[in-house]
Amino acid sequence: MSSFDNPFDPDRPLNRKGCSCGRHDSQSEHERVAAAPEQNYKEVVASTVMRALFPQDAGRRAFLKAIGASTALAAVSQFFPLETATEVFAQGGGAPEKKDLKVGFIPITCATPIIMAAPMGFYAKQGLNVEVIKTAGWAVIRDKTLNKEYDAAHMLSPMPLAITMGVGSNPQPYTMPAVENINGQAITLSVKHKDRRDPKQWKGMKFAIPFDFSMHNYLLRYYLAEHGIDPDTDVQIRSVPPPEMVANLRADNIDGFLGPDPMNQRAVYDGVGFIHILTKDIWQGHPCCAFAASEEFVSTMPNTYAALLKAIIDATAFAHKPENRKQIAEAIAPANYLNQPQIVLEQILTGTFADGLGNVVTQPDRVDFDPFPWQSFAVWILTQMKRWGQIKGEVDYAAIARQVFLATDTAKLMREVGMTPPDTTSKSFSVMGKTFDPTKPDGYLASFKIRKAT
Amino acid sequence: MLSSLTVRAAVLSVLIFAVFIGAWHLSTRATAPTSAMSPEYAKLMGLTATAGKSAMPGPLDVGAKLWEHLKRPFYDNGPNDKGLGIQLGYSIGRVMLGYLLAVIVALPFGFLIGMSPLLSRAFDPFIQIMKPISPLAWMPLALYTIKDSSISAIFVIFICAIWPMLINTAFGVASVRREWINVARTLEVKPLRRALTVVLPAAAPTILTGMRISIGIAWLVIVAAEMLVGGTGIGYFVWNEWNNLSITNVIIAILLIGVIGMVFDQILARATRLVTFPE
Repeated sequence: MSSFDNPFDPDRPLNRKGCSCGRHDSQSEHERVAAAPEQNYKEVVASTVMRALFPQDAGRRAFLKAIGASTALAAVSQFFPLETATEVFAQGGGAPEKKDLKVGFIPITCATPIIMAAPMGFYAKQGLNVEVIKTAGWAVIRDKTLNKEYDAAHMLSPMPLAITMGVGSNPQPYTMPAVENINGQAITLSVKHKDRRDPKQWKGMKFAIPFDFSMHNYLLRYYLAEHGIDPDTDVQIRSVPPPEMVANLRADNIDGFLGPDPMNQRAVYDGVGFIHILTKDIWQGHPCCAFAASEEFVSTMPNTYAALLKAIIDATAFAHKPENRKQIAEAIAPANYLNQPQIVLEQILTGTFADGLGNVVTQPDRVDFDPFPWQSFAVWILTQMKRWGQIKGEVDYAAIARQVFLATDTAKLMREVGMTPPDTTSKSFSVMGKTFDPTKPDGYLASFKIRKAT
Repeated sequence: MLSSLTVRAAVLSVLIFAVFIGAWHLSTRATAPTSAMSPEYAKLMGLTATAGKSAMPGPLDVGAKLWEHLKRPFYDNGPNDKGLGIQLGYSIGRVMLGYLLAVIVALPFGFLIGMSPLLSRAFDPFIQIMKPISPLAWMPLALYTIKDSSISAIFVIFICAIWPMLINTAFGVASVRREWINVARTLEVKPLRRALTVVLPAAAPTILTGMRISIGIAWLVIVAAEMLVGGTGIGYFVWNEWNNLSITNVIIAILLIGVIGMVFDQILARATRLVTFPE
């Protein structure tokens, strides 16, 4: 019982781990979780439809302005059965083929929805018994998903693209139905560089990133290159597991890193580093980690997959709300999940944090959770893979993006209700002030001065 | 004289230990706060930053944490958080299984090689190449082909534990005194019986020495293997606590790994003494 619950309510259990169904920490949480999902599905389905109808933001805005939001909803419902679609999605095709699932994760805050869905009962609500298993590294998570020890896994969003194309592993069709988190990373520098905040002074520095195929790698390289530092020749960038980033920073073995949280905040907490810049200031709303499953799992167990995806969407929606963040920090802090001091996770999730320079900063959107896998994100990732020589030759950007990002669920759902899935589900965005047009990836790529010549 | 030596050695051991602990304690003591901080900011920072505490835990921290672990060694909070007793149990189980498989293969095979100079020479280059391969080099290959992480871990134990046993068995069997075998031949003892009653007892001390080296290697390998595949075991525990940058727990794990390794070694050392006979 929390101190704020009514102490004279006879139905309220005294110890935690108590609600009427026994799966939530409190009755209020149970009610919140129970009430939310239908609304969530409705929103997800409706926004998918709107995105399909209006691939460009401008068109959608013009349409909405012209006839008003409620009329627009009515008009869209006229020729697209939103209610039916939501129902189809909410009910799935039937009972899950397999109830006991294993989902792998890496203990970083990016995995928040995947992790919290276990202690907070989101999986159980879909009739699934999911074990979330902490995994030792990205390569291991890849191998364990490929050899079916895991049914689905937390991955870095460039990984399903790389796996599908067979870069760095055998090609295997992979799907990424949901982005886990947006933003939520930072460039952390050693405290001894307090006075070297201008990246132009960073020549010769050593940086760490968690994995070659990661947003961290592309964002760090992008940031450095925009400041005239060639990431391949002027600095050293090495792949280092996140906990070792903090230890290496302490040991003076690296000068900084662009890594996942909680390690940025942990470096501050331990007094060895400061947060130079949040990645949201490089690209506001960039994707980071993803929820991924093999195409085989998706096609052989559609009901299980639908149930799992619904649990993730629910959890992501719950995590999106700022008022839930403290509670989430508490749920994922124990050794079974992230194994971190709760205060560190709280700072990351609530966005009120110590920056390592003596200031308390408030940035509520430091990390956010939004599942929609925009295909333009994939195209951007592919341009950067090509920019830094990870992939070579002709790349059919749109086709790969379509295959991997959201290839299955939304498209299938739309077909089920008699619609033709759209060709692109893209939005334009800008990275460090430079607008990205997903329809012209080659032009974008050619516009960079610093890149590996290929 | 002997007892006084034992006593003196014990006193010296205790002294070394005390000096070590003392030095450790002194070098990790908290110093004064590093710089003035606003209370609001200090609340968000860890002890290292606010109290100037060393990142390295002192002996008292480690002792307290160790006691906490020993009080409840078998708790189970789900797939990623189990008591140290359970973790050690998993590791010991894996080592035993991999080691037993290695014994089953290495002893008969070693016997065969030891008895036949032809086979010995034929297999020698392969054994020499396989012997120095690091366990971690096998791991990706095992994961990729076996497609099961716990079997892969056992396979890695097996493949690394097999060579010292094989080589020592072959060496022990090959160096049994010719006279003894000749005597047995003269007495017309059948080959199988000759192997079991003459060669085996004579080679037993060497074979057990090989087994002793192997169990040491197997125990070394399991920590590395479990750190790589994760899941359960003491190696996973180390990795998990490293993720949390909890040096205290890492030190505790190192201590326990050492103790268990010593126990394994002592058991086989006893066994070796049992089969050794004065000539």
